[in-house]
Amino acid sequence: MAITNPLSNLFGQSPIKPMQEHMAVSVQAANELVAFMDAAIAGDWAQAETVQKSITASENEADELKKQLRLHLPKGLFLPVPRSDLLELLSMQDRIANRAKDIAGIMLGRKMAIPAKLQKKMREFLVTAVATAEQALKAINELDELLETGFSGRELKIVEKLIKDLDSLENKTDKLEVTIRASLFKLEAELPPVDVMFLYRVIEWIGDLADRSQKVGSRLQILLAR
Amino acid sequence: MSVLAEYGSILLILACVFGVFMAWGVGANDVANAMGTSVGSRALTVKQAILIAMVFEFLGAYLAGGEVTSTIRKGIIDPALLAGTPELLVYGMLSALLAAGTWLLVASIVGWPVSTTHSIVGAIVGFAAVGIATEAVNWGKVSTIVMSWVVSPVLAGTISFGLFRSVQKLILNSEDPFAQAKRYVPVYMFGVGFLIAMVTLLKGLKHVFKDIGLKLSFGQSALIAVAVGILVALIGTWLLSRVQRDESLEADNRFANVEKIFAILMIFTACAMAFAHGSNDVANAVGPMAAVISIISTKTVAAKAAMPSWVLLLGGVGIVLGLATYGFKVMATIGRKITELTPSRGFAAELGAAATVVLASGTGLPISTTHTLVGAVLGVGLARGIGALNLRVIGSIFMSWIITLPAGAGLAILFFFLFKGIFS
Repeated sequence: MAITNPLSNLFGQSPIKPMQEHMAVSVQAANELVAFMDAAIAGDWAQAETVQKSITASENEADELKKQLRLHLPKGLFLPVPRSDLLELLSMQDRIANRAKDIAGIMLGRKMAIPAKLQKKMREFLVTAVATAEQALKAINELDELLETGFSGRELKIVEKLIKDLDSLENKTDKLEVTIRASLFKLEAELPPVDVMFLYRVIEWIGDLADRSQKVGSRLQILLAR
Repeated sequence: MSVLAEYGSILLILACVFGVFMAWGVGANDVANAMGTSVGSRALTVKQAILIAMVFEFLGAYLAGGEVTSTIRKGIIDPALLAGTPELLVYGMLSALLAAGTWLLVASIVGWPVSTTHSIVGAIVGFAAVGIATEAVNWGKVSTIVMSWVVSPVLAGTISFGLFRSVQKLILNSEDPFAQAKRYVPVYMFGVGFLIAMVTLLKGLKHVFKDIGLKLSFGQSALIAVAVGILVALIGTWLLSRVQRDESLEADNRFANVEKIFAILMIFTACAMAFAHGSNDVANAVGPMAAVISIISTKTVAAKAAMPSWVLLLGGVGIVLGLATYGFKVMATIGRKITELTPSRGFAAELGAAATVVLASGTGLPISTTHTLVGAVLGVGLARGIGALNLRVIGSIFMSWIITLPAGAGLAILFFFLFKGIFS
C-alpha cells in the first residue's frame, strides 16, 4: 500500500484523449453507413454485408474503449471537470455507434430495398445525419485544447460556435426527415406494408443518429457550463 | 572532553564519511524528484537535467545552504544542557546521520516513503529527547519546522495556481498565443532570476561575504537581483528568438508551438529548482556533520561557532556524486511516469515549488522538496490545468510523516546508545 514516491503516483491517466478516441471510433461506425447505403441501393448485398461487419467491429471497439475508460476513473482521481458529466458524455457518444449498428443490421437482415423514388433523398438524408455526427466529433476533439486552456476563455467560444453549427445541422436533418416521411407517405399504398413500417423505422433511426450527435453537443455544453 | 581528546579524530572521520554518504543519498534519491517535472514534460532530456542539476545543486548548496544547515546544526537542540558533556552531542549527530542514511537505504529497497528531511529532523529530535533529556530539544523551533512541512505544499500550490492562472489569462486565452508567449515569457524569466538572486544575496551568501568582508544593504541586494533578473531575461529572449514556429504542428494541437516556448522557460525553472533543492537539502547531510566538526575542533558546544564553508562544499560534492552514479536512473524512472505534464504546467508547478523552497531555505526551515512539488502540481490541477490527479497521494504524504519520523527517531536512539556504549 505504501507509495514510495508521491510524484510517481501523482499523475493519473487523463480521460481526455480516451474520450476523443472513443468518439472518433463511434463516429466512424456512423460514417461507414454511407458506403453501406450505397451498396444497399445498388443491391450488392455481399458488399453490404462486408461493410456491416466493419460497422459492427467499430461498435465493438467503441464499447471496449468505453469500458476501459470507465475502469480508469477511480473515485480518488481529481479531474478538471465533474466525473459524472464525463461519464454521461461517454454514454451519449457510445449511443451513436449503437444506432449505426442497428441501422446496418436491420437493413441487411431484411435486404431492404429502397424505393427508386426515395433513393436520392434517402442518401442525402443519411449524409446529412452523418455530417451531424462528424460535427459532434469536431466539438469533442476540442477537449484537449479545452484542457490546455484550462476550460476558460476563447476556447470556450470556439467550442460554443461548433455546438451552434451542430444544432443547425441537426435541424437540417430534421427537416429532411419530415420531407422523406412525406414522400414515403405518398408511396406507401403501393409498397408491401411490413416493408413500409421498417422503412419508417430506418428513417427514424437515421434521424436518431443526428439527434444523438446533437445530444452529445449539449452534454458537452453542460460539462463546460459548470 | 577526555573522550573527545581520545577519539576526536576517529569521530571526525566518521562524521565526514556519514555526512558525505548522506549527501550521496540525497543526490541519488531526492534530486530526481526535484527535476522530475522537467524530464516528464519533455522540456529536458535526462542528460540535460543531470547536467543542470550537477551545476545548480552544487551552487544552491554552497551559496544558499547556510541557513538551513545552521538550523539542523544548532537550531533544534538547546546547547545549554550539553555544555558539560559535548561528546553526547557528537554521538547524537553521528547517530542521526547514520539513522537517516540507513532509513534511506532500507526504505528505498522495501519501497517505503523516503524523505531525507523528515528522517534527519526526526532522528535529531529522537536522540535528543530520549538519549539526553526532553528539555534538550528546542520544541519551539521543532513546532515551527513541523508547521512549515504543512505550510510549504499549500504555499507552493497557491503560487503555482496563481502562476498558471496568469499564463491562462495572458497567453493561452489570447488570439495569438505564440506571439503573446514570446512577449510575456521573458517576464517570467526575469522573475526566476530575480527571486533566486534576491534570496541568495540576502540570506545565503553570508558566509561567503564574511570571508571577503563584504556587506550589502537591502537596497543594494535588490538592485543586484534586478540586474541578474534582467540578464536572465535577456539570455532567455535570445534563446526564444531561435524558436521557429512550425505551423504543421498546429494542425494536431493548436498550442504545440506555445509549449515549445514554455519548454525554454522550463530550462530556467529547472535551474531554479535544482538550486532551491540543493540549498535546502544539503543541510540534511552537512548539518549534523558540521555540528560534530565544530564541537571536536572547539571542544565546546558553543552555539555561536561559525561554520566553515568547506563543509557546504563537501556536501555539494556528495550530492553531485550521488546524482552522477545513481540519480540518473531514478530520474529516468520518474520521468517515464510523469507523462501528462506539458511545459506550461510544468513551469507553473516548478516555479511555485522552487520559490517556496528557496524562501524556506532563506528562513532556515528544512522542508521536503518532494511534498512541496506535489503541492505545486495540485495547485495547477486546481486551476483545471491537468487531466487527472491521484488525490490518494495526499494520504501517502501523511503516511510518510507517520512512518519516517518515528523510523528516523527510533534508529537514531538505537545508534546513539550504541555509540555511547562504544566510546564511553
